[in-house]
Amino acid sequence: MSARGGGDEVPIAADADVVRVRQLVRARAQAAGLGLVDLTKVVTAASELARNTLVHGGGGTARVEAVAGTTAGGRPRSGVRAVFVDAGPGIPDVRAALQDGWSSGTGLGLGLSGARRLVDEFDLTSGVGSGTRVVVVKWGR
Amino acid sequence: MSVESWGAVLAEHQADLQASWLAEVAPPLAGRVTRQELERDGRELFGALAAGAAVSGSFSDGAYDELRAVLTELSRSRARQGLTPSETATSVFAVKTAFLRAPGVQPDAAFVALSQFVDELGLFTFEVYVEARERVIGEQSEQLLELSTPVVKLWDGVVAVPLVGTLDSARTQVVMEKLLQSLVDTGSEHAIIDITGVPAVDTQVAQHLLKTILAARLMGAECQISGISPQIAQTIVALGIDFGEIRTRATLADALVHALRSTGADVVRGAGAPARTGR
Repeated sequence: MSARGGGDEVPIAADADVVRVRQLVRARAQAAGLGLVDLTKVVTAASELARNTLVHGGGGTARVEAVAGTTAGGRPRSGVRAVFVDAGPGIPDVRAALQDGWSSGTGLGLGLSGARRLVDEFDLTSGVGSGTRVVVVKWGR
Repeated sequence: MSVESWGAVLAEHQADLQASWLAEVAPPLAGRVTRQELERDGRELFGALAAGAAVSGSFSDGAYDELRAVLTELSRSRARQGLTPSETATSVFAVKTAFLRAPGVQPDAAFVALSQFVDELGLFTFEVYVEARERVIGEQSEQLLELSTPVVKLWDGVVAVPLVGTLDSARTQVVMEKLLQSLVDTGSEHAIIDITGVPAVDTQVAQHLLKTILAARLMGAECQISGISPQIAQTIVALGIDFGEIRTRATLADALVHALRSTGADVVRGAGAPARTGR
C-alpha cells in the first residue's frame, strides 16, 4: 500500500472542523471511486473519529489521503486513508474501549466500535498521557 | 539597505537578530504563547529567512518555500491559540524592527517612523476587514440555522420537518424546539422527521434524533423518521445504532400514509381519476 501524496491535514478544534473533516473525506473517497454505500460508511466513521478527537482528545488533527494498493487477488485498488491524532489523556483500556456500549462521556458508546465496523482497516494506538492515534482505511470495490 | 546588505546583516548577526526579535514579540504575547515556542518560532523564521536570502532577494522565488511553510505554520498555530490577526502579523513585522536594531545598521529615523506608522495603518485595516468578514459569516450561519429548519403542516394533525445538511447540537436544539412548539400550536399528534437531505447519520446525529422523538412522545405525539436511504440504513446497522420501537420509513410518502391512517383518514384513489397522477 502506498500513499499517493496530496494528503491534507485539518486541525480539529471546534464542531465546524468535524464537518470539514467529513467533507474532505467525502471528496477524497469520491475521487478514489468509492461507491455510495462505502462512501457513506467511511464518511460516518470519519465523523465519529473526528468527534472523539475533539471531545475526548481535547482537539488534534486529521490527515486524509488517497491510497493505492492491491487486492488479495492482485488486482489494483484505490481507497482513502484518514489518520486522527490527538495529545489528549489517552485510552487506559483499548480493548474495553472497542466494545459496544463503552462510553467515557454521555454518548451512545458506539462511536469507536461502530467506526471500526464501517472501515476495512482500523488501527488504534493509545497510551495514558501520550494521546491517541487512529488510522482507518476504506477501499473501493 | 539594499537586498545584498540585509542578507549580509542576517548572515553576520543572525543570533542578535533572533534575540531582538524575541524581545520585541515576547512581551505582548506573554502568558498566551510560551517562551520556548517563541524561541522555536524565531529560530525557524530566521533560519528559513537566511536560507532563502543566500539564494535570492525575491520572496516569490522558490528559495523561500521553506520560509512560506514556516509562516503558514506560525499563522495557523496563532489562529488556533485565538490570537488576533494583528498580534499574528506583529511576529512578522518584528523582523523589520530586529534588522533596524542590528549592529552596524544606521537607518534613517524619519523613514523608520513613517514605515512603522504605515505598518500600523495596514494592521488596523486588516483587523477591521477580518472582523467585518467574520460578522458576515456569523450572520450567514445564523440565517442558515433559521432557514434550514422549517416545520411544515402536511395534513390536519400531521407536521413534518425536512432536515437538510449537517446536524450539529445547535441545529438539533432549534429543530427540537420548533417541532415541539408546532405540535402544541397545531394540535398535531403526528410528526415526521425527514432525513433525505442528511448526508450521513453518525452516533451523535442518531442520539439527537432519538432525544427529539422521545420528547415528542412525552407530549403525546407519535414521531416517525423518513427518508432513510439504502446507504444510510447500512451505515446505521454497521454502527450498531438501535432505533428500537421508533417507526422509520424509506420515504416521506410512506410516513405520511401511515400518519393519515392513524388519524383515521384513508387514502384511496378515486374511481374517476387516472391510474397515475400524470399531470
